[in-house]
Amino acid sequence: MSTREQGTSPRKLSYLLAIREAMQEEMRRDKNVILLGEDVARHGGGFGVSKELWEEFGDAQVRNTPISENCLAGMALGAAMTGCRPILEFMFMDFSALAIDQICNEAAKVSYMYGGQTNAPIVFRCPQGGLSYKSAGAHHSQSLEAWYAHIPGLKVVFPATPYDAKGLLKAAIRDPNPVVYIEHKALYSTEGLVPEEEYLIPIGKADIKRSGNQATIIAAGYMLQYALEAAQNLAIEGIEVEVIDPRTLNPMDEDCIFTSIRKTHRVVLVQEACRSGGVAAEWGMRINEACFDWLDAPITRVAGADVPIPYAQSLENKVWPNPTQIVDVVKNACYFK
Amino acid sequence: MSKIETDLSPEIQLEMLKTMLKIRYFEMTAGSLYKRGLLKGGVHACIGQEAIPVGISAHLRTDDYITSTHRGHGHHIAKGADVKRLMAELMGKETGYCKGRGGSMHVAAFEVGSLGAFPIVAAGVPCAVGAAFSMMHQGKDQVAVAYFGDGALGQGTIYEAFNLASVLKLPVVFVCENNCFAVSTRTEATVALKDIPSFAASFGFTGVRENGQDVLNVYKTARAAITRARENQGPTLLYFDTYRFEGHYFGEPEIYRTREEVQKSRDELDPIDIFSAYLLDAGMMNKQSRDEIEISARAEIEEAIEFAKQSPDPNPEEFAKYVYA
Ligand SMILES: Cc1ncc(C[n+]2csc(CCOP(=O)(O)OP(=O)(O)O)c2C)c(N)n1
Repeated sequence: MSTREQGTSPRKLSYLLAIREAMQEEMRRDKNVILLGEDVARHGGGFGVSKELWEEFGDAQVRNTPISENCLAGMALGAAMTGCRPILEFMFMDFSALAIDQICNEAAKVSYMYGGQTNAPIVFRCPQGGLSYKSAGAHHSQSLEAWYAHIPGLKVVFPATPYDAKGLLKAAIRDPNPVVYIEHKALYSTEGLVPEEEYLIPIGKADIKRSGNQATIIAAGYMLQYALEAAQNLAIEGIEVEVIDPRTLNPMDEDCIFTSIRKTHRVVLVQEACRSGGVAAEWGMRINEACFDWLDAPITRVAGADVPIPYAQSLENKVWPNPTQIVDVVKNACYFK
Repeated sequence: MSKIETDLSPEIQLEMLKTMLKIRYFEMTAGSLYKRGLLKGGVHACIGQEAIPVGISAHLRTDDYITSTHRGHGHHIAKGADVKRLMAELMGKETGYCKGRGGSMHVAAFEVGSLGAFPIVAAGVPCAVGAAFSMMHQGKDQVAVAYFGDGALGQGTIYEAFNLASVLKLPVVFVCENNCFAVSTRTEATVALKDIPSFAASFGFTGVRENGQDVLNVYKTARAAITRARENQGPTLLYFDTYRFEGHYFGEPEIYRTREEVQKSRDELDPIDIFSAYLLDAGMMNKQSRDEIEISARAEIEEAIEFAKQSPDPNPEEFAKYVYA
């Protein structure tokens, strides 16, 4: 554990509470930071993340809304362009599909298409993913980060630890641009050290979660846990891998990733989302463009299957990557078989 | 000729006529520039519909907000936008409101409260709701006006916006301009909504359907709506019947209506003729002063074209500027 997570007064906090604390601190700092969403007030939103905030801030800053995702995203935009800093919680990221027009066609573009006359400081909080959040099926388990990482004008962040969750959310709230903030549902109860004192994590900065020199694994969100588990198992067999958590999916921290690959010469990309058109494809292509001569093995990836997320656990387990797969793919990349 | 009694001073009424003429000439000029290849993309003129934004804007302050549509030049000019910068935007120049990044369909003029033209049908309406929410949150008394066409009534988002504005009692005025068509489709063919007062009442606010060709009637109709918004009494739906004299965009073939129908509308429904006849009859202007107003409106547009033509194109090296704030 590095000292930065400890600060001067470390405490254990869950990922969920870290997100709540970030909102709470920012809402105290600036009364124009407003949380909007379905059942976000007393109920605390879809997963209880915002519980207790309404009691402190009232309707003025914590507002239950109708179930109108597209209109809510547009309303957040209008509010953002006129002095507020809205945080909009989608109950599940799957439902952000209803709001894609306002997020991608409007919020992402107002700065550019209006020639810098305005900007849209909005945070779209998106609980996504499955795994230990089990059997939620096709409309409540998807990983949709690639939709938003594709759009110029949006930033996309995906914290994997409580420390990163808090620091990135505070940075997202203060960012002048629309930020899609993805929180993994299966991480809510995970715990980690979070300092008492204030800190921010810059958007666009990846983080090396484990150092090694024989291969690099890139994995965000819940996949970081699998990557770290795989790395531990590989170490037992004598393969030291570096694990990079991109934390921000757009803009991508090319420096951190390329530097690692120039050291390890091998890279394995991991994503929970289904394979086709995913962020791993983008990482791979950029690595290919910048680091081809440094690579000693083909870029490979471990990804979710290209199927809608099934309900039955026997099927569900087939869809998502697992640490064993990661171990196998890394060994392959290291010609270790 | 208008039979509406009004509290507006003659000076203001003449200014309103001039604004309507400016919009008319702006659009006619845009049309001819388009035909000569000097404007690109889609250009949608609001000729025939000038009375609506002018009547509404007579109640608005510069710091009040509007959201506009693909047919938005009139909304902007009525709100006080500088026709030079508007024309420069249409020509894709660096001096345009959006530095040539937006164009006709994506223009915005923040200095006069325009949060932008949203050419995705109905997409600007939630933004106006958000601006209204923001004013309520910040304890300010600005109001927001959302302009949209009859076609927007086919979009679910707009009903979300009506609902949201009503439950939160937001200072927003919804202004529907029913110009009889959405591209080639007549309103009756795709829009079931007819009884505006009872529709709006069922959402818990006030709605009225009125003639949109008489600027004084628009002005009179809008007063209560904007007062309600200003006093935080919630939203209002204003539904104006109007007619689009030009095609959907310049160069559109108009196979869905006869020339006779258009001519009849031009003869009977021209909002500038209707207002001019009233002002002449009321003795607020004579033929000569009417000509003078027309000349000065035209001159402003001529000047705008010159300004735009002389303005530089955006620097290609700056193609990625403004992606992020
Ligand atoms: C969501 C969406 N669908 C389709 C279009 C293509 N389109 C542009 S304008 C228009 C008609 C709009 O009609 P209306 O809202 O009545 O406005 P008007 O053009 O009559 O002013 C259509 C279908 C669009 N811009 N946005």
